[in-house]
Amino acid sequence: IEHIKGSSVEKLSLTTTGCPLVIQCRNFRVVHFVVQRERDCHDIYSSLLRLLRPVSYEEVYAFSYNPKQNDQQREEGWQIIDLGAEFERMGVPCDQWQLTNVNIDYKVCETYPRDLYVPITASKPIIVGSSKFRSKGRFPVLTYFYQEKKAAVCRCSQPLSGFSARCLEDESMLQAISKANHNSRFVYVMDTRPKLNALANRAAGKGYENEDNYSNIRFQFVGIENIHVMRTSLQKLLEVIGTRSLSMSDFLVGLESSGWLRHIKAVVDAAIFLAKAVTVEGASVLVHCSDGWDRTAQVCSLGALLMDPYYRTIKGFMVLIEKDWISFGHKFADRCDQLDGDPKEVSPIFTQFLECVWQLTEQFPQAFEFSEWFLLQIHEHVHSCQYGNFLGNNQRQREDLRLRERTHSLWAFLMSEKQNYLNPFYSPAYSEAHPVLEPSTLPYHFKFWRNMYHQFDRSMHPRQSILKTVLTMRENNRKAESTLQALEKVMQRQEEDDDDDEQEEVGEEATESTDTERTVEGSSGTESRKQSYGELEGTYNSESAKEEPAVVSLEFGVARMTC
Amino acid sequence: MEFAELIKTPRVDGVALHRPFMPTVEGTLCLTGHHLILSSRQDNTEELWLLHSNIDSIEKRFVGSLGSIIVKCKDLRMIQLDIPGMEECLNIASSIEALSTLDLLSLMYPFFYRPMFEVIEDGWNSFLPEDAFKDLESMTDEWRLSEVNKDFSVCPSYPPLVAVPKYVDDDTLKKAATFRHGGRFPVLSYYHKKNGMVMMRAGQPLTGTNGRRCKEDEKLINATLRPGKRGYIIDTRTINVAQQAKARGGGFESEANYPQWRRIHKAIERSNILQESLIKLVEACNDQSHSMDRWLSKLEASNWQTHVKEILTTACLAAQCIDREGASVLVHGTEGTDSTLQVTSLAQIILDPACRTIRGFQGLVEREWLQAGHPFQQRCAQSAYSNSKPRQEAPSFLLFLDCVWQILRQFPCSFEFSEGFLVLVFEHAYASQFGTFLGNSTAERAKLSLPEKTVSLWSWVNRPQELERLTNPLYEANSLVIWPSVAPQSLLLWEGVFLRWNRSSKCLDEAYEEMGHIIAYNKELQNKVNSLRRQLAQLETEDPLLQSP
Repeated sequence: IEHIKGSSVEKLSLTTTGCPLVIQCRNFRVVHFVVQRERDCHDIYSSLLRLLRPVSYEEVYAFSYNPKQNDQQREEGWQIIDLGAEFERMGVPCDQWQLTNVNIDYKVCETYPRDLYVPITASKPIIVGSSKFRSKGRFPVLTYFYQEKKAAVCRCSQPLSGFSARCLEDESMLQAISKANHNSRFVYVMDTRPKLNALANRAAGKGYENEDNYSNIRFQFVGIENIHVMRTSLQKLLEVIGTRSLSMSDFLVGLESSGWLRHIKAVVDAAIFLAKAVTVEGASVLVHCSDGWDRTAQVCSLGALLMDPYYRTIKGFMVLIEKDWISFGHKFADRCDQLDGDPKEVSPIFTQFLECVWQLTEQFPQAFEFSEWFLLQIHEHVHSCQYGNFLGNNQRQREDLRLRERTHSLWAFLMSEKQNYLNPFYSPAYSEAHPVLEPSTLPYHFKFWRNMYHQFDRSMHPRQSILKTVLTMRENNRKAESTLQALEKVMQRQEEDDDDDEQEEVGEEATESTDTERTVEGSSGTESRKQSYGELEGTYNSESAKEEPAVVSLEFGVARMTC
Repeated sequence: MEFAELIKTPRVDGVALHRPFMPTVEGTLCLTGHHLILSSRQDNTEELWLLHSNIDSIEKRFVGSLGSIIVKCKDLRMIQLDIPGMEECLNIASSIEALSTLDLLSLMYPFFYRPMFEVIEDGWNSFLPEDAFKDLESMTDEWRLSEVNKDFSVCPSYPPLVAVPKYVDDDTLKKAATFRHGGRFPVLSYYHKKNGMVMMRAGQPLTGTNGRRCKEDEKLINATLRPGKRGYIIDTRTINVAQQAKARGGGFESEANYPQWRRIHKAIERSNILQESLIKLVEACNDQSHSMDRWLSKLEASNWQTHVKEILTTACLAAQCIDREGASVLVHGTEGTDSTLQVTSLAQIILDPACRTIRGFQGLVEREWLQAGHPFQQRCAQSAYSNSKPRQEAPSFLLFLDCVWQILRQFPCSFEFSEGFLVLVFEHAYASQFGTFLGNSTAERAKLSLPEKTVSLWSWVNRPQELERLTNPLYEANSLVIWPSVAPQSLLLWEGVFLRWNRSSKCLDEAYEEMGHIIAYNKELQNKVNSLRRQLAQLETEDPLLQSP
C-alpha cells in the first residue's frame, strides 16, 4: 500500500497478541495489523502519521514514480487528451461561439484553464465585468455544445448579488449566451444548491440570479447538498458497512440514514433535467452552485454523459474528466486531501460522480464501452497520487508544478491496459439508436455499490464474475477467428498442392487457448473463507474465530522496510 | 356446478387494456370458465390470456359510466381494464371474483387442460422416491426404503416410501412418529457422498411441558451417527419460540436425552409473519412516488431481506456442519413443512452440484417440497394482493426460490438454469395449467388422481425447446461445494420477481441476449476450429499414404 492512500491510522488498545493498528485507506480498504511490541507499534504509528500527510508536493509519490519510460513516451502520454480537439469535435468554435484569450495568463480567473469558449457577442469588457460579479471570478463559459440543436451548456459560480446588487455586464453575458441559441428564447439557469443554502449566501454578498434583472432566463434550484453534507454522509455509510456481523435491518436503516443514495439520486436527477432541457427543448443551460467546481462539475459532466455517446467510450470518458473536472478546477488536492490540509475541504464529490456513472451503467448495460473496473481504477488513482493528472487544485498550480515534465499521465497507463476495462456488452449500435440516455430515477434503481465500498472484502463478492467470463470469451473469439482463417489458408494450400510436405503448424498456440479454460474464481468452496454462518462454538468447534479480521503479524524489521 | 352460472357477462366489446411499459390494447373481453381473455382481433397483436386462478384480487373504479377493473395477479402483475358501461363492469367484476376464488380443487383448470404439445416424458414419473433411492443405494448400503407409510396412516404428509436407517424397523418408526409433530418422524433428506454424512428432517418432538421422551425416536436418530461421532440438531426456531411450543405439546430435544447431539437454534420466522412481509415488500415496490428515504425504510420495514438472510445463513450452517465439521444434521422447526424444507433444500443446492442442474432442481423441488409435504395448496392460495385475512398462506417457497436466486447471482456459472426458470417455477406454484403444485401432500394428490388426470409441469419443461430457453448460457459444471456470502451487502432484492412489472427490462434483456450471442459464437468458432483441425490432421495422415507408392 502506498502511503498516500491511507487516510487515517488508529492505534487500538493493547491486546494479548500485540498492539493492533488499523489503517483506513481512501479506496475503502481497511487493513488491520498486529504488532507484537508496543514500542514498535508506536514507532510505526508515528511514522505513518507523518507519511500519510505529506506537507509538500515534493513528497508525493508521483514525483518519484518511474514506470521505465523515456521522456518522449511520457510526453506522448500527456498528449493523449487534447481539449482543443474536443471542442472542435463538438463543433466549436462556430458562428456563435469563439475561443477567447482573456484568461491566457490566468489574470481573469486563476482557477479556470487558459483556453475558454464564450459567445461571439461577449466582448472582453463584458467578460471581465461579469467575472468581477462572480465568486472567484468564475464567469459563465461554455463546457458542452449540443450541435444538433445548437444548445450550449455553460458553467460559472454564483453571482455576488447579495440582496439587491446587479451587474450589467453579467446580465449582458447571459443575454449573449441566450442569443447564441436561436432555438430557444430563454436560458435555463440551474442553481444546483438547495434554495435555503442559496438564500443564506445572500447575507454574505453572494446569492443567485434575480429573474427580474435578467431577461429571458428561467431560474431553477436543484437541491444538491454541499461538500460537508456529502462528507458526513459517506462517513456514516462507511461506519455502517464497517460494522461486524451487520444485520440486514441495520444495513438498510444505515443506508437510509446516511442519505448517500439520496444524494446520488439528486445528482442524477439534476443531470437528467439538464439533458432534457438541452436535447428536448433545445434550450441552453447555465449551471452553477457556489464556487462552481463541485456540484457544477458533477451535473455538467453527468449531463453531457447522458447526451453524448462519445463520453461513454473509454477515451471519451477520459476527455470528459479532463474537461469538466481537471481543467475547470475541481479542487482534487483539497477534496482528496493530497497534502496535509484542511479536513473541512475534504469531500467525496468525485467519488460520487463515479458512482452516478456506475448507477447508469447498471441501467444501460450496453451503452458504455467501459466496465466498472475502469471507474474503480480511476478512483484508485485519483487517490494514489501515482500519476500527475489529479495533483493540485487547478491548471495553474499544475503548470507551476511542471507536472508534464516531472510526472506521468494516468490516461496513458489506462489506455495501455484498455483490454481490462472493456465492457463486453457494449454495443455502438445501441448508442446510435439511443444517443441520449433517459434513465429512471425511481429509488429502487439505485443500488449500493459493493465493488466500490467493499472492493477489498473478497468474501462479499460473487465468486464467479459474468463480466470476466464473457470478456475472456470475447478475447478467445477473436483469437479463434484468426486461427480459423489461418487454418483455412492451410487447408486451401493442402488441397492445392498435395505433394508439398511442408506444413506449418498455424495457430497452434491460439487454438490451445480457445479450449475453454474458464476459471472458477477463488475455486469456489475449497478455499477457506473468512466467513462463518453461525454459532458453531463450544467443544467441537474450530470455526468461530473466523469473523476476526485478517491478522497480519508484522516483524518490526519488515515494517521498517516499507516505511 | 356449471361455470356458466358464474359468468354474468361472457363478453364485452371496446375494452381497453393497460399494462405498464406496453401500449394500450383495445378489444373484446371474454370470460370463460378458467380464463380472462382480451383479444384485439387485429393481426400482430398478442392476446391476453389470464388464468382466473392467477387473480389475487380486483379493484373497481368508476369515472362516469366508464368503469375500470384493476386486476392484481398472484405473479404480482397488475393490469387495468377499462370497460364501457357500469353494468357490464360490475358483472365482469363479480364474475371474475367468483371464478378466481373457486375452492373446489376438482374444478381447477389443470383438470380441464389438454396439452398442445407432445409429452416426451411424463413428469409425474420422473422423480419417484424409488428412483431417488436407487441413486442412494449406489453410494451406501446403510439405508433402506420403508413402506411403513404405504397407506399414509403413520404420517399423512409423507410419501408412501421414505428412506430410513437400515437397522431401524417399521415398528420403531411408528412409535417415533407418535412422538413427532404431524407424525413426521426423522427421515433422510440428503446423503453427502464426500464424507457419508447425512441430513435428516422431521417435525418437532412432542416433549410437552413434562419432558416426555421416546426411546424409539432417540434410537432412530442415533442410528444415523457413526460410532463416536456427534451430530447437530438445527432447530429453525429461536430458543424462546421452542420453549413456548412446549406448552402446546411440542418442544425440542433435551441434552439429557440426546447426549450425542448438539442443538443450535436459529430464527426463521413463521408463516403469517412471512406473508405479511411479502405484502409489505410488494406494496413498497409498487409505490412509485416514494422518495429514496421512504423506499429504503419501507424495504427495511418489510423485513423480507432479513428473512432471506436468515434462511440462507441457516442453510449455510447446516451445510457447514456436514461438509466442514463432518457431522450429521437433523433439521426441524415446528411442523417441519416450511422452514425445515427451506433449510434442507438450500443446503443441498450448496452441497450437491446435481441440484444445480435443471433436472436436478426439479428433483429437489419434488423431493424436498412436494413429496416432503409442503402444503402448496394452502400456502399459495393467495399472494401479496389478497384482501382477505390470511389463513394458511405463506411465501415459504418463494423465499426458497429467492435464496436460490441469491446463490445463482453469486455463482452465475455454476447453475444450469437461468433466473427465468426460477421465475417460471414461482408462477406455476401460484397458478398453473399443470397439476404439479395442486394439493398439499402426496396423499391428497393421490386421492385426486392428479398423475392420471392432469399434466405435470415437468412434462412441459423437459422438452428441448423449453430447456433451451431456460438454460443458463454461462453454465459450466462445477463439482465443488459453493459457499455464498450472507453479508447484507451481498444480498440483493430479487428484481426479476418484485420489480418485474415496475421497470422496463428492455435494456437488461438485450444485454442478456448479447451475452447469449457471444457465447453461442464462441461455441460455433470452437467447433469450426476443431473440425478444421481434424480435417487437416486427416489430410496429413492420408498424404503419406498417397505418396508412399
